[in-house]
Amino acid sequence: MADIREARMGVIQRILEGHGESSRAERRSAFDDAGLAEPLGSLVHKVAVDSWNVTQKDIDAARASGHSEDQIFELVVSAAIGQANRQYETAMAALEQAAKE
Amino acid sequence: MRLSILDKGHTLGSKLMFAMIGLFSGQRVVDAVKLVMYRPEFYGGAMKKVVHEAMRGPSSWSVGDRELMAAFVSKMNQCEFCIKAHAAVAERAYGEDSKVSAVLVNLETVPISEALRATLRMLGKLAREHTVSADDMRAVLAAGASREQIADALAVSFGFETTNRLANAFEFFVPGPAAFEAGAKFLLGRGYR
Repeated sequence: MADIREARMGVIQRILEGHGESSRAERRSAFDDAGLAEPLGSLVHKVAVDSWNVTQKDIDAARASGHSEDQIFELVVSAAIGQANRQYETAMAALEQAAKE
Repeated sequence: MRLSILDKGHTLGSKLMFAMIGLFSGQRVVDAVKLVMYRPEFYGGAMKKVVHEAMRGPSSWSVGDRELMAAFVSKMNQCEFCIKAHAAVAERAYGEDSKVSAVLVNLETVPISEALRATLRMLGKLAREHTVSADDMRAVLAAGASREQIADALAVSFGFETTNRLANAFEFFVPGPAAFEAGAKFLLGRGYR
């Protein structure tokens, strides 16, 4: 069986606690898709729930709000991993519940 | 690519590597590579380990099956680059292309094992609705997939639920078929490390 436990926790730890241009609090908010001020809040929410609808305008608005490209990069990555991780954990919990019966 | 740092902000060492890849493959480096090579200590270095383990680590799913899962999840997330990239790897791994394109058109009618079909159905629901229930998992188990196989499929899903979002948000350029063929050859030979 493929074992991603350690590697998955490793990537999450790096993006949330490692060195970055954005603050750890902002990365955590992006990861949780909660609590970021506009226009970043909208960008991060789109990344989490309908990433195909992200536009250049969304990225430009984040830039115009004073965020550097590196900060936007970090927050988008945090949002993507956060949503993928919530889905993964929900599905693994459902699997555990189904398999133990 | 919507952020210029992801296009042109790499270290000199990475830029040299891109030039070498271009020289040997005859293809420009694709945006997926540029993303994981940008500040790899922040994201790409650690994420490559996750994706390599999910796609090439020990599993009773074949490499073709897991690449098909990656393409299928990418379809649910409307990620054109990722669909084409992983359909090409799946086709090459299976040695036939009809099964892959048929699954992407209509999962319910293509002749594949019920275990794989039920697993793909569950991954599709997870991508569309962002959640699945214990009943959904019972259906996959009843179709013949083992608990380990489902966990392996969810590892693939974690990798591509992440990658699809980044490809969409940063707008990966979608090259022609030759680039995906070259990429498929590389990913089958070397994996994602």
